[in-house]
Formats: sequence, C-alpha cells, structure tokens
Amino acid sequence: MEQGLCLARAPQLELKNIMKFYNGAAPALDDVSFSVEPGEFIAVIGPSGAGKSTLLRCINRMVEATSGEILFDGVHVLKLWKRELKQLRTKIGMIFQHYNLVDRLTVIENVLHGRLGSKSTLAGVLGRYSREEKGKAFHIVRMLGLSDQVYQRCDRLSGGQKQRVGIARALIQNPKMILCDEPIASLDPHSSKVIMDHLKTFAKEMGITLIVNLHQVNVAIKYSDRILGIRKGKVVFDGPPADLTARRLSDIYGPEAKDLIAGPGEAYAH
Amino acid sequence: MHTDIFVKRRNGNLFFFAVLAALTAGSAVITHFDVLKGFTSVFKAFVWGLSNFYPDARSLKILPDILQKLWETVLMSVAATSVAAVFSLLLALAGSQTTRVNGLFTVVARGIASLFRNIPLVAWAMILMLAFSQSPLTGFLALFFGSLGFLTRAFIETIDEASSSAVEALQAAGAGALPVIVQAVLPSSLPQMISWLLFMIDTNIRDATLVGLLTGSGIGFSFDLYYKSMNFHAASLVVLLIVITIIGIETLSNSVRRIIL
Repeated sequence: MEQGLCLARAPQLELKNIMKFYNGAAPALDDVSFSVEPGEFIAVIGPSGAGKSTLLRCINRMVEATSGEILFDGVHVLKLWKRELKQLRTKIGMIFQHYNLVDRLTVIENVLHGRLGSKSTLAGVLGRYSREEKGKAFHIVRMLGLSDQVYQRCDRLSGGQKQRVGIARALIQNPKMILCDEPIASLDPHSSKVIMDHLKTFAKEMGITLIVNLHQVNVAIKYSDRILGIRKGKVVFDGPPADLTARRLSDIYGPEAKDLIAGPGEAYAH
Repeated sequence: MHTDIFVKRRNGNLFFFAVLAALTAGSAVITHFDVLKGFTSVFKAFVWGLSNFYPDARSLKILPDILQKLWETVLMSVAATSVAAVFSLLLALAGSQTTRVNGLFTVVARGIASLFRNIPLVAWAMILMLAFSQSPLTGFLALFFGSLGFLTRAFIETIDEASSSAVEALQAAGAGALPVIVQAVLPSSLPQMISWLLFMIDTNIRDATLVGLLTGSGIGFSFDLYYKSMNFHAASLVVLLIVITIIGIETLSNSVRRIIL
C-alpha cells in the first residue's frame, strides 16, 4: 500500500490474490492482485487464452473466482448474496466483443435493457420504463450518433453501430465502472477508432472507471492511463504505457512479439 | 507423413462401406428377404394401385363426411401441438443452459424431454388406449406426449443458440431471471420456436392419421373403415385428401415461416 494517497482516496476496485481454476491443473488466473483508482482507464493486454476474459468476468462474478478477494467501493464482492450481487452489477457496465444485443429488438429497446437491473421484477417483465429513463436513453443514443437508427432493429446495424448500442446500454446504467471485453476485436480500423474515442470521452466526462481487454497493443498505448500485461494467468506488467518497452512486451507476448508496438496498425498512433 | 492421412481416410471409407454392405447382405439373408422379388413387387403394387386405388364417382358422395373427419383431425393436431408447445416452453426454460435456475430442474426437464421423445408415437397410442380406450382423447394425448418431447428438445436448442449472448449481457447488468426471459430470451427465440411449432403441426397431421387408425378416431379411422370393407375407391379418396391437406398446410406454414424469420 502506498501511504497518504490511499488513505485519502480509497481505490475503486481492489483484487487480492485472485486464483481461478477451470477443469485442469493450470490456473486460468494465478495470484492476480491489483487496485484501480476511480476514473482510471486501464487496458489489459496479453496473448489469446492468457486469462483476460476470465479476469474481467471474475470482477462482476459472471465467472466465479476460485479464491482471493475482490473489493469494489469497499464491498467484498465475492461474499455477496444473489440479490446484493445483482445490485452491485447495476453499478458495473459491461461491453462485449460480439455486442450481445437482442438482434430482433430496436436500438432504443436494447439501450433501455441497461435499466432492467434497477427495476422491480414486474416492471422489468412488462418493460415499463419511466419518462426519465426514456429521455436519458434518447439523450445517450444522440450523443453516440445513433439518432437516425433509434427505431431500427439491431440486426440491420453495422458492427460499429452495434457496439455503440452496447456502449449506450452500459452508460444508461449510470455505472461507476465499465468492463469492456475486446470491444473492437470484430471491428474495422475506422469503427474501432470511433468506439475507442467514445469510450475515452465518456469515461473522462462522467468519471467512469474503464477496464478494457485489448488485442491491439498500439491502441492500449494510445488510449489507456495504465496497462496490465497478462501471460498465462499472471500479471507480468503493471504500469503506464510509457514504461512498456520492447523487452517488457516480450515478457507478455513472448520473444516473437517485438514488432507489436510499431506494427502495421499505425492508424491509431498518429 | 502427409500422405498417411489420406491413406488412412481412404481405408476408413473403404472399411465403412464394407461394413455397410455386409450389414445389408447379412440382414437380407437372415430375414429371407429376396431383393429381386422385393423390387419387382413394388412394380406390381403400382399396377394394382393404378387399376383399383382411385376415387370414382360413387365415392365422391361420401366427400362431405370425409372432409368433416379431416377437419376434426387437423384441429386435433393443432390443439395437441399448441398445448404441448406451452408446456414445452416451460420445460425448455427450466432445461436450457442459458436460463437454468438450478441443476436439478435442468436434469428433470431434459429427462422428461428425452423420455417422451424416445417413446414412439404408436407406443404412446397403444399405452394410452389401455387407459382411455378408443376415443379422440387417446389420440389427442398421444400426439401431445410425442410433441412435448420433441418440442422441448427443439426449444432448448433454440434458447441456447439464439439468446445466450444477450442473456449474458442482461445478467451482467443485474437483471433478474424473469425480466431476462421476457426481454431477451423470448424476443430472440420466439420466431424460431414458432417455426418448430408449425413444423410439428405438419408432422402431427400426418401422424394423426396413423394414431387415428389405432385409436379409432378422425380421418385414420375413416380410412381403416373403408379399406377393411374393401371400398378402395373411398379409401383412396381419403388418402388423396390427406395428401392435399398436408401439402396445403406445409405451404401455409412455409410462407408463415418466411415472414417471421
């Protein structure tokens, strides 16, 4: 623990010695510990299968950690009962690689789904949203540049538009933190940039903490305040983008990965 | 090393066909099935059918009677399938990985589905006949149980396939089980489910003929009656009408499917 600073400002999220075993001898997460300040933009990088997705899902318990401790706003996440867990999840948004929308419903309906956690079961079942909720949904949709698509079914949208709906659904939760699981892995470079810019802007404006799993190292360097490098379930790098040297990078990805920083995806690094 | 794979695959195929041929020949020998005679009698059957099995003017007089029975059969199939669909939906929600509440429900629901699916319709009809004797209720229940097993299985697959990703998103947002079902699972999977339902109605109208024959109700019974009284012209009219009805219903349900999917 650093002194002074931590006493004045408790971390938003703290993971202590998180272990996760699926069926098998090798752990998916191996003694992962780190803490996150409110409003931080953290990028998690690492090879496929390193445990990035598992790590993200352990935080909101979409995957149950095998052991360890997670504190979110001072609450012991792993000790929560079902009802309390649901309440906690309303404060944590989530964005997915494949958007995870209900394709047959319209944009606005999908966005309002973000409110379901904060409603009674009956209101949720009936899909009754208040005037404020609807107003806010329209506002967010407008901010994300989807005004023309409000009443369009989501299966008519492009990948970039779908991901913006995903962001809107997370934002309408009024989250303190958003977990993003490979948000741009299925998108072209232009849409990727739009999505990352939106994430960055909203996180800064609304003071939302972001934890983003990324494949693209250059994107992580450009957008994040801090990078976590994961290899075989262990955190092998934790620091600002400036410290991510070629040698550190090969710690994460293995020796063949030297060219990753100056890779062909220079579109982001201007 | 690479060629080995191809050799292996070719040998595997050869082996498979050898086994198939051996099984075919073996079962023909054991059952004393004369392949040649079998195929020539198909031809003979056709000749007999063309010369005897066609509706004539006299049989058209019973047309209203047959249509009445046919209508009953169609309605019975629709009713049995729809009622089964309601129960199947509940079982599927309990049995699907996506919406499962707990492991016990899942096992029970899947158990019921596979039990009911694996008992043939004819067996259902026979079993139920012991309890309800020859009556339309027996036919209804036989179709109901058969559909229940099949639809539950189909609905489970549909739910897991169509809605698991959206369900994950809503659970991550803290939504409860019921809102997730109504807001994400149903909108994603209903069209596919309705498509299965229509398919099942098709199938059941066909099977209702057989079940009716066994349980003495509906169009199957009419057919049985005419056939056994050697009134082949009337029997052929029944078959013809069944075929027309099934094609009609199939066309209808195909176009409905195209619209909703």
